[in-house]
Order: sequence, then C-alpha cells, then structure tokens
Amino acid sequence: MRDVGPWGTQSDMIEVQNLTKWYGSVLAVDNLSFHVDKDTVVGLLGPNGAGKTTAMRMLTCYLPPTSGTARIAGYDVLVDSMAIRRRVGYMPESAPLYGEMRVRELLMFRAALRDIPRRRRRAAVDRVAEACWLSRPEDVMRRRVGELSRGYRQRTGLAEALLHDPPVLILDEPTTGLDPAQIRAMRELIRQLGQEHTVILSSHILAEVEQTCDQIIILAGGRVAAAGPTQELRRRVIGPSHVIVEAAGQPCEQMVKTLQQHPAVRSVQAQSLGEWTRLEIQGDGGDDLPVRIYDLARQNNWQLRELRRRVASLEDYFVQITYQQSLGPDRGLDREARR
Amino acid sequence: MRKALVLARRELAAMFFSPIAYVIGAMFLLASGLWFFHAIFIPGQEASLRPLLEAMAYIMVFAAPLLTMRLLSEELRSGTLETLMTAPVSDAAVVLGKFLGVLAFYLALLAATGVFLGLMAAYGRPDAGVAATGYLGMVLLGAAFLSVGLFASSLTPHQLVAALVAMAILATFSVLMPALVASGIEPADRVAARLSVMAYFGDFARGMLDTRGVVFFLSVSGLFLFLSVKSLESRRWR
Repeated sequence: MRDVGPWGTQSDMIEVQNLTKWYGSVLAVDNLSFHVDKDTVVGLLGPNGAGKTTAMRMLTCYLPPTSGTARIAGYDVLVDSMAIRRRVGYMPESAPLYGEMRVRELLMFRAALRDIPRRRRRAAVDRVAEACWLSRPEDVMRRRVGELSRGYRQRTGLAEALLHDPPVLILDEPTTGLDPAQIRAMRELIRQLGQEHTVILSSHILAEVEQTCDQIIILAGGRVAAAGPTQELRRRVIGPSHVIVEAAGQPCEQMVKTLQQHPAVRSVQAQSLGEWTRLEIQGDGGDDLPVRIYDLARQNNWQLRELRRRVASLEDYFVQITYQQSLGPDRGLDREARR
Repeated sequence: MRKALVLARRELAAMFFSPIAYVIGAMFLLASGLWFFHAIFIPGQEASLRPLLEAMAYIMVFAAPLLTMRLLSEELRSGTLETLMTAPVSDAAVVLGKFLGVLAFYLALLAATGVFLGLMAAYGRPDAGVAATGYLGMVLLGAAFLSVGLFASSLTPHQLVAALVAMAILATFSVLMPALVASGIEPADRVAARLSVMAYFGDFARGMLDTRGVVFFLSVSGLFLFLSVKSLESRRWR
C-alpha cells in the first residue's frame, strides 16, 4: 500500500468525520463520525432505516456524501474514488448477482473487472471459492447463480468481494436470509477474515454483532447512539447492576430498611411472598453487589433461597433505541446520544 | 477500454442467454424475410436490397429499444449496478461495454440478412457497391438507434418504460420528421429535413456515401452515449 496521507496513522483504516447525507429533504445520515483501526471487525448496528446502508454506500463510493469526509486507508471517497474501490471489497445487501451466469464464470468476470492479471484469475477464483465453501460440492461452481439457494448466493457475493484480497471489507447485512447453520458458518468466516482484514458489517440483529465484532457502533436516526468496544459498551449501556434476592428471616419492611442503609445499594423494591420476600436491588454500579448482599444476609441471619444478578442485555438497550426512533426523529434520541 | 471489452463480452453472453433477445432477433429476421419475398424476390424485379433496407430501418425503430431495454434497467432493478459501480470501473467504461455488447448482437442479426443478398446474387446481379453502402448505412443507423435505447435504459429500472421512451425518441426522428418535411410548414420543414433519420438513411440505401449521413449517425451515437454516462453519473447525486 502507498503512503497513508499526511494526517493519520496506519492503524486508522477508516476515518469518518461529520458524514451527512440528505436524500432530497430526508436526512438519512446525520453528522456521523467514527474511526476504525486496522484489522478489526466493526458492527454497524441499528434498526431498519437507521442509515446503515447509506453510510456503507458512501464509504464504498457508490453515493457521495452531502457533507463531511470519509477516508479509507488515507484516501478520500470523493477525491480518490478509484483508489478506494481497488482497496475495498463490498457486498451490498442481499448480494445482487447476475442470475444467468455460472458461479465460476461470474467470479472470473469480476476478477477481470478487478484488474487481476489473466494468468492469476483462476488461482484467485479457486482461493475465494475455497474460503467461502463454494468448492466443496464440486458442482456449485458450475451451477447458474439464479438456481442457487440463498445461502450459496450470499457466499458467492462474499467470494466476489474477496477476489482482489482487499484490506477493507464492507458487508451489508451478510447474514440475512441464511438458515441458522449458515449464519454460524458466516460468522465464523467473518471472524477469520477479521484477523487480516478491516471489516465493517451491518446488522439489525444484536446477538450477531455481539458475537462477531470487536467494536460496535449503534446507529439510530442516522446518528451514533452509542459506540465502543463490545465488552465496554455492554458495561456502559447496561448501567448499574441489578440483583434479585429471595430471603426470609425478618419481616419485609425491616429487610428493606436494612438494605437501604447499605452504602452500595441505590434502591430496593420489595414484594412479600408470604414467609419469603422477593427483593429487587439496584446497586451503584460496582460488580460485587451480590457479595455485599450475601454478607448482609449473613449478618442479619436471613435465609436465602435465591441470589442472582439480573443480566440486562444490550438487547434491552437496543430495543429501547429502536422504540425511540419509531417515536420520531428527535424525541428521546438526543438524550440517548448524549449519554 | 479493456474493461469495456470485458463488460461487452458479458453483455453479449447475457443476450444469447436471454429469451427476449432470441424472440426479437427472430421477429426482426421474420419481418425482413417476409418483406424480402413479397417486395424483392420476384422475377423481373430490380435486383436491389433498397426496399428491404428501408423496411429494416423502420423495423429497427421497434427492435432497437427492445434489444437495449434491459441493458441498464435490469442492473438498476436487481441492484447489480451497485457492484459494478463500486468496482474500479469508470461509468464511461460501463456504458461503452453495454453499447459494444448490444452492437455485436445487432451485427450478428444483420449478418444473418446476408442470406437475402446471397439469394439475390444467385438469381440476378445486384450492385455490390449499393449493397455495401446500404449495409454501412444499417450499421450506422443501428449504432445510433442502440445508443438512444441505451440512454432510455439508463433512466429507469423499468424495462418497459425504457423501451417506450426509446421508441418515442426514435419515432420522433424517423416518422414525425419526414411527416413534418412533407407538411411544408416554413421553417419547420427545413429544420426537420436536417433531423430526419430516414432522409440520411435513404442516401445510403440508394448507394450514395454522403459524409453528412456518416457524421449525423456518428454524432447521434456519441451524443446519446455521452448522455447515458451523465445519466449514470447523476444517479450518484440524486
């Protein structure tokens, strides 16, 4: 690769600043900024209409941004379109392909368009066929694309994006329409690719992004609602810890009073179940809340039949965002974005 | 240019796979064959392809849009254009590739009508020069008509709309303009005489090699190919 440009380091593979896209009077992407390091897998997560596809289309030079800049490997999407196209492998949503062509024929055609020298095309096609499990049942490569199942078509699309061995891969909803086994295989493949490629993938399914990506960018209404490394994001988004306890040994009111006096407890909700009391305790964010509660129970001679951390998930947060987006462009979202 | 040829090859292969191309090709040959046997291949008739070529020019008003309608419309509809326009290929190469692909198919069709010339040569003595200029005229006219069709196809993802738009444009220059010339309304008739496709083509069919005709057809092709590139580019900015 050539020089990276005057501003950045090699590790900044993708740099997006204040990227904005208007479709007529509709704002699709609103002041989007993020950057992606080399050889990481980033998930663009968002409900439908959050601007994921538009953002990807701007990164792949299919659509120009209305304002803002995007750079890939130091090249600007507006100025160095061809340089970027040579370095990016892109699989658009639902992998559109020429149905009348045979898989090998299609890949050979794409290889020619990708400037792969004639004598190396066959090797390049065999390589991606191997990587995307297209070579295993021998006849797949000879079948017409239009006759393939959805899963094979998706893999052909991915193979197409990998032909020129690009440093950056942009995959728009790579797993939609696949069956569970295929989804698992696709995830595995993306994780493998992430070791040597910078990958951006989009999805509206959280579990998927959580499992494959090193970093997550949650988009809503064209903006970044939350972003960060997957683990950190989960911690930050979930917020203070919740513990659920079922205890006996003292009357309900007294338990609540005792708990509320404890410094690690922020709030308590109690529900009497006859002899037992069910307590929902919110802590101040520390990880050791269950331990504190256990100590407290021992000191007060409470009997415990349940003590567990309620695992709030990113899912809850994500559903919340999706719900807020459906309320309208501005209500609620602002608050989330500032958090 | 090399990539335009890669694209042209794929396009030509796709045409031979598509039933529509065969149907249109068959209809084109059927219509010209009928015309040949009814108007020309008669004892005592002049051994000239001129009436046939003029009929073929009119058939092309309908055949060219049907051949070109899927070129870009289909890519727009299915989304494959996105993979094409994010590959390192210029918009001009895409348009040129499509054009060369469909032109090659058209030339194959035209070559098939050579049978008529062969039949005529077996029973009479057709003028080789007239036949040559006539076919040159058909090639030039075809290039112009196909580029109009390609332009129409770049406008919409709907093939039928693309075909109708192209037919409307072609009919304006091949049917409306001669009618306007005949009407004798000043000064529209003189303008129309310069824009009438059939007037230029008529010269070729008569065996006259007029540079005005060559320039006219080549510049129409150039103009509509240029417009197609711009139309494709503008998709990015809309």
